[in-house]
Amino acid sequence: MKRRMTWFALGSMAAAIALAGLISPFASTFPDGLERVAAAKGFIEKGEGDPAWKWMPIPDYALPGIKNGSLAAASAGIIGTLAAFVCGYGLARVLKRKRTHRLEE
Amino acid sequence: MHIPDGFVSGPVNAAGYLVSAGVVGLALAKANKSLEDHQVPLLGVTAAFVFAAQMVNFPVAAGTSGHFLGALLAAVLLGPLNACLVMAIVLTVQCLLFADGGLTALGVNVFNMGIIGGVLAYMLFAAFRRLVPKTTWWFLFSAGVAAWFSVVAGSVACAVELAFSGTVPMRIALPAMAGVHALIGVGEAMITAVTLSAVLASRPDLVQAWPGPAAVTVHAEAEV
Repeated sequence: MKRRMTWFALGSMAAAIALAGLISPFASTFPDGLERVAAAKGFIEKGEGDPAWKWMPIPDYALPGIKNGSLAAASAGIIGTLAAFVCGYGLARVLKRKRTHRLEE
Repeated sequence: MHIPDGFVSGPVNAAGYLVSAGVVGLALAKANKSLEDHQVPLLGVTAAFVFAAQMVNFPVAAGTSGHFLGALLAAVLLGPLNACLVMAIVLTVQCLLFADGGLTALGVNVFNMGIIGGVLAYMLFAAFRRLVPKTTWWFLFSAGVAAWFSVVAGSVACAVELAFSGTVPMRIALPAMAGVHALIGVGEAMITAVTLSAVLASRPDLVQAWPGPAAVTVHAEAEV
């Protein structure tokens, strides 16, 4: 059972990394629904001020320092996918472990 | 649908943070009590998949694109409150690492995509599911309908927040946002159904809502 879950997780992560690393550089660059409405209805400039959080390492899904646009997007995507996994798995493990401890006490 | 800083007013952002923090807190408490062993890696994998799939914008119409949301998919896989956790994680990573969605608007973004997409749309899924035959096809169809609803309802909430903020009048924002997202929702429905059918074909035991809400109730009773 445990081994099957590991294989499922590895397979799904491979699919997610393929999406982020191989497919996302070919994603549509058209504005999304909200951006489109904001531009058409004349309030897009309200969102163009300085962001409240200024320490983002990878603005606009392009890893800084990589000249090739597709490669920059692919690396940004893979980093983000791994970060989301680490946060989700880490949080779930902490929540789960705390309960086990409580049951043991 | 990620709202940047500046689109939504202070009071609306504060309300968004308040409601989202409450629901995420509830979700953390629930997960702490009832998260199962197999759901620990599944929560991480779902967050990773939702993040990756959100990067792939697809064109919908006339120079507009949309992307997958994933909240309803996460809710069917893990339950509605765990879906809120997944969406809160994805939105926080996007905001802090990639400047996608403003930090001041993180509360309303979690509300629009995590709570409406994960909890409200899941309620529609569960209600719909009771009305249709208990087959795989109808299961996927119910998920597709709820996935479409999650995107449209999220965009309506976004329009209401913009209007309450004085950014754009309701009569302009509402039809524009709902109209575009009715198209994006079709993509959401298809991606949700295809992904769920792949998981059902390989590991149906991982899908919390399978075979139906009835089984979930029995399961919840068994846990008590």
